[in-house]
Amino acid sequence: MASSVLFPASARFLSGFRHFSRLSRAAPASFTSLCRPHNHSLSTTARNFSQPTPRAEKAKVTVHYSMADGSTVTVQSKEGENLLDIAIENDLDIDGFGACEGTLACSTCHLIFQQPIYDQLEEPTDEELDMLDLAFGLTDTSRLGCQVCVTKALDGLTVKVPEGVADARDV
Amino acid sequence: MDAQKVVLAGRLALTGVLWRMSGKTTGVYCRAVKKHWCETVFQSPQRLFCNVSAPGQNRCFFHTSTPGQKRWFFHISTPGQNRCLYHTSTPGHHRWLSNNSTPGQNRCLTHTSTLGQNRCTSTPGHCRWYSHASTPGHRRWYCHTATPGPHVCIVGSGPAGFYTAQHILKNHKTARVDIYEKLPVPFGLVRFGVAPDHPEVKNVINTFTNTAANDRCSFLGNVTVGKDVTVAELRQAYDAVIMSYGADADKEFGIPGENLPGVYSARAFVGWYNGLPQDKHLAPMLDTDTAVVLGQGNVALDVARILLTPLSILKKTDITDHAAAALETSQVKTVYIVGRRGPLQTAFTIKELREMTKLPDCRPVLDPADFTGLEDKVKSLQRPRKRLTELLIKTSQTGGATAQETQRLDQATREWGLKFLRSPLEILPTQDGTRISAIRLGVNRLEGSDSSARAIPTGETEVLSCGLVLRSIGYKSVPIDDSVPFDSQKGVIPNTAGRVTGCKGLYCSGWVRRGPTGVILTTMTDGFETGKAVVDDLTTGVLQPLGGVRGQEWIQPLLHKRGIQAVTFEDWNKIDNEEMMRGEKVGKPREKIVEVKEMLQVALSGR
Repeated sequence: MASSVLFPASARFLSGFRHFSRLSRAAPASFTSLCRPHNHSLSTTARNFSQPTPRAEKAKVTVHYSMADGSTVTVQSKEGENLLDIAIENDLDIDGFGACEGTLACSTCHLIFQQPIYDQLEEPTDEELDMLDLAFGLTDTSRLGCQVCVTKALDGLTVKVPEGVADARDV
Repeated sequence: MDAQKVVLAGRLALTGVLWRMSGKTTGVYCRAVKKHWCETVFQSPQRLFCNVSAPGQNRCFFHTSTPGQKRWFFHISTPGQNRCLYHTSTPGHHRWLSNNSTPGQNRCLTHTSTLGQNRCTSTPGHCRWYSHASTPGHRRWYCHTATPGPHVCIVGSGPAGFYTAQHILKNHKTARVDIYEKLPVPFGLVRFGVAPDHPEVKNVINTFTNTAANDRCSFLGNVTVGKDVTVAELRQAYDAVIMSYGADADKEFGIPGENLPGVYSARAFVGWYNGLPQDKHLAPMLDTDTAVVLGQGNVALDVARILLTPLSILKKTDITDHAAAALETSQVKTVYIVGRRGPLQTAFTIKELREMTKLPDCRPVLDPADFTGLEDKVKSLQRPRKRLTELLIKTSQTGGATAQETQRLDQATREWGLKFLRSPLEILPTQDGTRISAIRLGVNRLEGSDSSARAIPTGETEVLSCGLVLRSIGYKSVPIDDSVPFDSQKGVIPNTAGRVTGCKGLYCSGWVRRGPTGVILTTMTDGFETGKAVVDDLTTGVLQPLGGVRGQEWIQPLLHKRGIQAVTFEDWNKIDNEEMMRGEKVGKPREKIVEVKEMLQVALSGR
């Protein structure tokens, strides 16, 4: 269905862009390239882009989202995906989640981690901390969902969606 | 003109618009790829792909941020046949997602394993295609509803308006929401306020576009409420009316010289470089080496940054052509950002400050004396203020963290500085009075500490030479209409949780409700809160349905009679495409149209 002409160019451009995005401070879409698990060949990805053949199996990771209303939603994700995309992929009903679409320009994908999980995560960058500073209900184990990629080691983790932002201001 | 248009909406973007004329494909525009007639083009390759292989055969592939995952797939194989497929991450699984609005069957989620099979019913409550009368040849999804829902009107299409609409549409299953806007173009300060070098903040436009794509949502641009139609008329036509028209005036100092040539409000300066029609003729005097920005909020840092950023960077943004041309000849080398209080009372946020410290070819000049004694105090501060103050202290220390950084700072040709505890007393003209030469500042001391500290004049004054002054001490809302209560002291519409005091059925949201502060998250919260108040009042019977012909069906004939042509969201898409095409020619994401007349020409073309 798709033109195969598409792919060689895409692979070249992709690798070029990844290189660029490392250097650029706030390049949109650069966040995924910062996620270590994605550093495998992107050309493989492109080759498989429009073909239904399965690509190399990635480890499945179970994530529990503890929602603001007290319920828990459990979803399956793949290693390397970030917690914003996982929530979007699974149609999680969180108002206004990911307004800037993972470009480190807002703090709407704020999530709260349990301390032992938080300690396993890579250090947040200054830019992430800058945005977190503006989040409602900030805790010591807060992170932005778009900046945290799940790994096999995190399988079964629970993240807490903070209380509705409106509630935080109601006091 | 026999034009057909298909709009794809997704989380990532209102991703593509396809035009077909006389059965022949003439172009495909992929918004996210920012290309017309895109053929194997990749702009933001981790996200989106677009491919057009042959005339009559168009394909848009949109790739999410996760490599290998497919999202939108759009295919037209035979002229006259439109297919919109949503491809989930499960290969071979397709579903229709053309519509997600109306109660019950709003989401036309008919699974179809056979491509091209459209199984949408025309049963009431379900969806079907219908021909849109206002645009010949244009079809859109239409949803029958057995009982028409309540009509809600929103005045102002900035983030507050759109977030309020989003909440109402999501939480009330039959309400129709009409968003009125003074200009022919939507999104308010997201388009006209957010700095051109912050494109990522504008991603919220994708969410707003999805909201506008909802069949129960209409955009009526080019309609000035209070002039073309009164609030009283709107209240007759709508069950609920929400004021979210923001704050489009600015605060003034009321000091001598404030109206001299060379003194501008930062709001107008921002409007000038962002293409706000009313500010296009500002022509600020940039033939001076020193500029003073009065105020220490994010807008102050925005205007300082735009004055100091190398043009090679700005030229790649959607900054207006006239602003780029003027900034190219700018002589400004030094920008002082002046605040009446101290380092612990600044209003800007850390992201904007950090950007200033990293500006290419530019060096911060902060007086370490301003920060003496703060190192000890910093430990007891709350995290945001603590990190901000730490960054200020670090920036004030001479030299960079590395030798390379120190060299960068030493070689910089431009600089910026923060001046604390200074209030403007008078702006001084040159001898011939044709421009300004300096500003006289009064020196203050602080009474109290932390955020509520007050600035008390010491009686000392100093004169700072400058040729440009930008006043950035805040925006101000103004009353829209005599029938809406207004607290001119606070500059807001008096309200409780978004319900306007003493006016049943009238609501407010965003800056006109809360005052002109906060980031997009604050406005989102605010919009959701007002939306909740409206939905609660509609569902608990506080608002009795008006019934009969209401909403825009009632207002449109009035506008027609008054010679006002409302601009729809589809019309805006034409402006949007035109702007992106013009931008592409000059290597920018968009070249904004700055004349209302021209916007209307493009918007209403082909009608």
